[in-house]
Amino acid sequence: MSSTEAPAPPTDELREGLVARLRAELGDGVVDTHLVPGDDLWVRIRTDAWQAAGTAARDVLGCEYFCFLSAIDWLPSPYGKGEDDPTEPPPERSSAIVQGYAGGGSRLQVLARVGSVRAKVALTLKADVADDEPRIATWSGIYAGANWHERETWEMFGIVFDGHPDLRHIYLPTEFEGHPLRKDFPLLARMVKPWPGIVDVEPLPGGDDAGEAE
Amino acid sequence: MTAVSDRRQLAYIASQAADARVNVELETEGMTLNIGPQHPATHGTLRIVARLDGEQVVSADPICGYMHRGYEKLTEVRSFPQVTTLVNRIDWLGSFANEVPFILAAEKLMGIEAPPRAQYIRTILFELSRIANVSLFLGDMGVQLGALTAVFYAFRDREYVLNQIEAATGGRFHPNFDRIGGLKDDLPKGWIAETRACMDKMRTFCDLMEDLLVGNEIFAERTRGIGVIPRDVALSYGLSGANLRASGVDFDLRRDQRLPMAWDKAEWKVWTHPDGDSFARYWVRLQEVRESTRIVDQLLDSLPSGPVMAKVPRIIKVPEGEAWVSTENPLGEMGYYVVSKGDTGPFRVKIRSASFNNIAVASWVLKGTFVPDVITILASLYFILGDIDR
Repeated sequence: MSSTEAPAPPTDELREGLVARLRAELGDGVVDTHLVPGDDLWVRIRTDAWQAAGTAARDVLGCEYFCFLSAIDWLPSPYGKGEDDPTEPPPERSSAIVQGYAGGGSRLQVLARVGSVRAKVALTLKADVADDEPRIATWSGIYAGANWHERETWEMFGIVFDGHPDLRHIYLPTEFEGHPLRKDFPLLARMVKPWPGIVDVEPLPGGDDAGEAE
Repeated sequence: MTAVSDRRQLAYIASQAADARVNVELETEGMTLNIGPQHPATHGTLRIVARLDGEQVVSADPICGYMHRGYEKLTEVRSFPQVTTLVNRIDWLGSFANEVPFILAAEKLMGIEAPPRAQYIRTILFELSRIANVSLFLGDMGVQLGALTAVFYAFRDREYVLNQIEAATGGRFHPNFDRIGGLKDDLPKGWIAETRACMDKMRTFCDLMEDLLVGNEIFAERTRGIGVIPRDVALSYGLSGANLRASGVDFDLRRDQRLPMAWDKAEWKVWTHPDGDSFARYWVRLQEVRESTRIVDQLLDSLPSGPVMAKVPRIIKVPEGEAWVSTENPLGEMGYYVVSKGDTGPFRVKIRSASFNNIAVASWVLKGTFVPDVITILASLYFILGDIDR
């Protein structure tokens, strides 16, 4: 989104240049890209090229600044928003996995954002990880800040980072089992008691409309 | 599970061996010092496990998680307007600043923008949050070094700013004032003049801190050259905000990206310091508060009239997509990666908080320092526990 007086240009040479340089470096390691001109860039990397992509981003693109590394679980939550009546059998929900920008082929995806403080540009890198045994190479040797972020991603999503020097819990107790940010991990507080806040908009007294959607 | 406990055991054996070796070679006794979780110098429940060799730190490992509240999971069961209540409590000293990037991310996905007056008021409140937050740091840094006077001024003068935030939003610490499409309310009558007077007080406060601490010889001795973080290390760890600028990196998200906010409508300067030490981090923050008061003054002068709320449907459904918005918060880069599936609530929100990265560097920078400097360095990195643990 651009500010009002400077509309976004239809082409974005800066970010297109990033994609071109990344493609030249990684070849078919770049699977897909999604570019919003003047705003942001997503690049999906082949899983085995993840480490090479990190090195290329730092050394070739000049993205020295490490912003964050995390993951997304694209499975729709089987528990919805926790609005179910616990005494009733749960309703049928779709379990279709639809990935976001730059596509994907797996339920879990790792994403990381790095930026250049000189060129004032940043991009988001994504990579699929295998559903049955989620693992990917570590970035902790490339960006020192990735160490903690990978520990968090490991405990929250169960994605193993090969070559990580110190993969242990960061937030949760050592004995904790399960991966809380996976969609099939229930939020117990919502399971035991329905949450009143789920009714977000109540009809106003004397209101003219009953809250039209869109 | 077994792999973890095995590794722990190995680490323990190795540490015992290290102790024995130190004993033989240097005839000193290695020891483990637990700083925290309950320690006056830790601003909350961060625990640092430091292995010492005499007065020197051999290794230091920050242990976080004592305050982890699982906000990323909770956002997935809430609707978009309800999330601001949660994110308010991430960096609790500068709450309003936490709401802004999330609201901007939602607005970006919806393709709407707040009216100009709302953008100005947002920016003003954002900067007031920064002043309230960082002014406490400016006094608190003295306490960590044993100079008590400054913090009393800091608590007194911060209250003037909190009063203004409360007058405008109704909440001293958790305003929850930002809405998708604008703001909950317009400014109250008389607020602008009061805020101007408050900004004058804060400038006096900055001068006072400059006299009390920056110009103090003991303060300089305790902070200059202590905890130096070079430019490349700072970038590699993802340090942001004043910590990054104190390492000589000229980067400020208020200036270096385009957002529907009003920072570009004011004249102000991004301060950097080449030294990268604790003194530099203090000095940069001090200048930052001064610049913030300038921003607030200028925006109050040019505040446009008009509505503070754009037209938005009563039930907010955010179209499918992904958006990343980050702003230069008091502690550094605070950003939200919001994934929406066209529902009333977000599908996934990744919260990138500044302190998590800022404190990750601690184990690097504390290595080889002396015990009294540990507190100086931690204080100068300036973290808020809620911002680490989320």
